Amino acid sequence: MKINKLYLALFIFALIAPAALYPVFLMKVLCFALFACAFNLLLGFVGLLSFGHAAFLGTGGYVTGYLMMNAGVTPEIGIICGTIAAGILGAFYGKLAVKREGIYFAMVTLALAQLAFFFYLQAPFTGGEDGMQGVPRGHLFGFIDLSDNISMYYFVLAVFIFGFWMIHRTIHSPFGQVLKAIRENEPRAISLGYNVNDYKWVAFIISAALAGLAGSTKTLVFQLASLTDVHWHMSGEVVLMTLLGGMGTIFGPLLGAGAVVTIQNYLSGGELGNYVSIIMGVIFVVCVLAFRNGIVGEINKFVKKNFGH
Amino acid sequence: MSADYVLQTIDLRKDFKGFTAVDDVNLNIERGTIHALIGPNGAGKTTVFNLLTKFLTPTTGKILYNGTDITQMKPAAIARMGVIRSFQISAVFPHLSVLENVRVALQRKEGNSFHFWKSEKILDDLNDRAVELLKSVGLEGYANTITVDLPYGRKRALEIATTLALEPELMLLDEPTQGMGHEDIDLVADLIKKVSVGRTILMVEHNLHVVSKLADRITVLQRGAILTEGDYQTVSADPRVREAYMGVSEDEEVIDSSDKAKQAKSEEVEA
Repeated sequence: MKINKLYLALFIFALIAPAALYPVFLMKVLCFALFACAFNLLLGFVGLLSFGHAAFLGTGGYVTGYLMMNAGVTPEIGIICGTIAAGILGAFYGKLAVKREGIYFAMVTLALAQLAFFFYLQAPFTGGEDGMQGVPRGHLFGFIDLSDNISMYYFVLAVFIFGFWMIHRTIHSPFGQVLKAIRENEPRAISLGYNVNDYKWVAFIISAALAGLAGSTKTLVFQLASLTDVHWHMSGEVVLMTLLGGMGTIFGPLLGAGAVVTIQNYLSGGELGNYVSIIMGVIFVVCVLAFRNGIVGEINKFVKKNFGH
Repeated sequence: MSADYVLQTIDLRKDFKGFTAVDDVNLNIERGTIHALIGPNGAGKTTVFNLLTKFLTPTTGKILYNGTDITQMKPAAIARMGVIRSFQISAVFPHLSVLENVRVALQRKEGNSFHFWKSEKILDDLNDRAVELLKSVGLEGYANTITVDLPYGRKRALEIATTLALEPELMLLDEPTQGMGHEDIDLVADLIKKVSVGRTILMVEHNLHVVSKLADRITVLQRGAILTEGDYQTVSADPRVREAYMGVSEDEEVIDSSDKAKQAKSEEVEA
């Protein structure tokens, strides 16, 4: 009941937010929040640290961008295709990666993501270093013009809510129960008769597809698909967002993405623009050393300590 | 071979880079019995156990379950056939509630474990059965406790309830009373006795008091090989078992050298 009120409050806030805040900034936050939530599904609920999620973000972005520019599809088709493409890539990468654990899993995903990076760098249709520029936003369902930032914002919000709901549902499903069991004690889950690699694989595909959804949407928002999205910096950034917000919590990645995007936007415009990386690094270190549970994790702990029983 | 064996091993062997941890072990576990595997530290009990549960692959030899060769199967596959293991350190899901721990085991047979689009509320149908299982191990009062907060002995009881949820035909228990206080040991020992009805249990156990109380049959391992086998009276009266536990004595060296003599002889014959 309490959680429903929180959802309602956030939803109302999201509806009226563009009146007070710059819509493009809000859309950026939502795209990264969805990306971080998708990543958190793996890290927080299965215990798999993927260091290659940028590949899925970028794949979603490039596929949607290509289709919007060259095939003249409507944005919803473009986004669906981008999501599916990222999901297919996730199925391949995941199949290889889930065979390994811990640091090896992270390294396999990183290596595969670098493979994707160099592919997009060389492939003729991506525009190489320049990226795909001037991707049209198009008309949603053929008649809603998305070039207007406000209608675009509500479309992005709808996409985000869908993605968030998918993750929420996955976590609170019979499948999610098994994922949690695997995270908690993998040998025991095996001894109960679960083929844990299959479960990890399905979770990986869901996570990759939703990361692709975030990438597709982001491409429409900025009308740009570039190498930044497939670069390993991006894979690192999503780790930071998730840890800062609180991994394994539903709202953590949302808050973490909001915080990181806000800090970056704020700093890059000011005198400290050249120090963004250093400042983010310091935040990361402080987060890992001082409040390892992240913002939401620490709030939960505080609430439990003072108001729980 | 008239007896009904649930589990058999034929010349089971495991080498680790020049060290033979398990040396041609032939085990025969009779249906409906509690069979204990004992032996001094380093005798290879846990290795045998991990071979049986498929967490390790044998170098040579066969494992038969109900007459079927399961040597090459995966751990999860034999679990689905009814061979369920426990672990030396208590195997629970610490941050799930006690009820959820049991429910995860019950859930597998429902066939909805990949359904990520359904609400977990459909699992509530399993709650009655889960509570029933918790009752059978005396944990009904803890259903909503987060498992990590349970005392150690209770975690072991929960582990047994989770194992029972799968209705195993053969339970493999790895040192079920390890690291427990006296009351907990008796609690768990009684529990094992209680759940053994209609099942077969193979346990690795250090505590000879528990073994004497529970086991119908005992196999003693030493340096990876079977030293002797029999019921508690037979085994405990065997001087070699005492030596294995108390240390090397004159007699054992005699046995060793006679073994070597035999080996040398057979090699001669082969040559």
